[in-house]
Amino acid sequence: MTSGLWDLVLKGIWTTVQLLVFSALLATAVSFVVGIARTHRLGIVRFLAGFYTEVFRGTSALVMIFWVFFVLPVAFGWQLVPMWAGTLALGLTYGAYGSEIVRGALNAVDPAQKEGGIALSFTPWQRLRLITLPQAVPEMIPSFCNLLIELLKGTALVSVMGMGDLTFSANLVRLALQQSAEIYTYVLLIYFAIAFVLTRLMRGLEKRLKAGVGKNPGTESSARELKRAQTTGVGGGVA
Amino acid sequence: MKWDWNAVGDFMPDFWQGLLVTLQALALGSLLSFTLGLVWTLLMRAPSRWVRWPVGVVTEFVRNTPLLVQLFFLFYVLPEWGLTFSALATGVFAIGLHYSTYTMQVYRAGIEAVPVGQWEAATALNLPRRRTWTAVILPQAIRRVVPALGNYVISMLKDTPMLMVITVLEMLGQARLFSQQHFQFTEPLTVIGAAFILISYLASLLLRALERRLVR
Repeated sequence: MTSGLWDLVLKGIWTTVQLLVFSALLATAVSFVVGIARTHRLGIVRFLAGFYTEVFRGTSALVMIFWVFFVLPVAFGWQLVPMWAGTLALGLTYGAYGSEIVRGALNAVDPAQKEGGIALSFTPWQRLRLITLPQAVPEMIPSFCNLLIELLKGTALVSVMGMGDLTFSANLVRLALQQSAEIYTYVLLIYFAIAFVLTRLMRGLEKRLKAGVGKNPGTESSARELKRAQTTGVGGGVA
Repeated sequence: MKWDWNAVGDFMPDFWQGLLVTLQALALGSLLSFTLGLVWTLLMRAPSRWVRWPVGVVTEFVRNTPLLVQLFFLFYVLPEWGLTFSALATGVFAIGLHYSTYTMQVYRAGIEAVPVGQWEAATALNLPRRRTWTAVILPQAIRRVVPALGNYVISMLKDTPMLMVITVLEMLGQARLFSQQHFQFTEPLTVIGAAFILISYLASLLLRALERRLVR
């Protein structure tokens, strides 16, 4: 491969990383808003949030991307820049998956904690902000880590729409060189490396957050990680 | 917003064809992923690390890289190596391989959840190794993991549109073809979007019923 083609790949990596960051931010916002709404005391709010989750989890990410790129402009007259269209489609879809994680973690907080908040006459917002969320967030991190990897894999889908991400650059290189084994191997390795870095970052975050609520980070989950590392043999750096 | 019911009517014959291909890919892909996943799990329990380590690395790699790129890889690289398959077969293989790295974890959890007493009882009854697995451990383990496997079938359903990129005419492929021929994008894409939501919702209801029956 010549250096010109490598430039193409580097640009592709940059687009993929940008898209990953933006859609991860949107997905996080959506998951917290929808996830918290699913534990709301009003039935109608819970229903709407549940409806959102079912619809966006039910449809395929690729179909959603097609819909945002082709139907939104024609049907509603909203023509989005490709980057934002991709961010919107991925963020909304993966946010729906994330909302389940948030809901699960909120429900898993010991009910006595919430009752303690009521006894101290905290408002619902204070209970959420000061009691439930700080305990629930560290528990969400391992699941969010998996979801982030899924999102990274999902970003490859925008290449179908002609956005110049890593996968798209790989296709261009294949057309230029008329051979595919080499470039696709490199691209798979690059995706794997990004996923590896993300896993490490999330594990560090989990440790810090768990320390923040007085939980020993090296108990249950790291024991699970250790077991996983032993059985898979890779990706299991355990402190 | 313009909505043309005639376009929906015109699209329906293509839609049924696409649905058939989607379901075909889904059924074959699920079967392959269930089988391969079990093979990976059993290999991961092999006594030698020279078996465990390569299997672990390969499955971890496949799990953490995009299915789309894997599809491209199989579709363009295998013919270079002199192996030619139909697009659908390549797609089924890619989906099956990709999801087998997920089902292997499900099987592993299921096998680990079988109480130690069952192993000990099998030893006490002097059952041979093969029979311990086929008559004692696997029936209990698989019963436990059916709901989790079902979730992955639903995920697979949502990943079948990717087969479009390697020229398989499943639902999304048909919708795209139709839109390009008739220049109507709204109706076909919305129809298949609704179809995906409907199918996966029904499947999740079915799964919940199955879960109640199997896991007690």
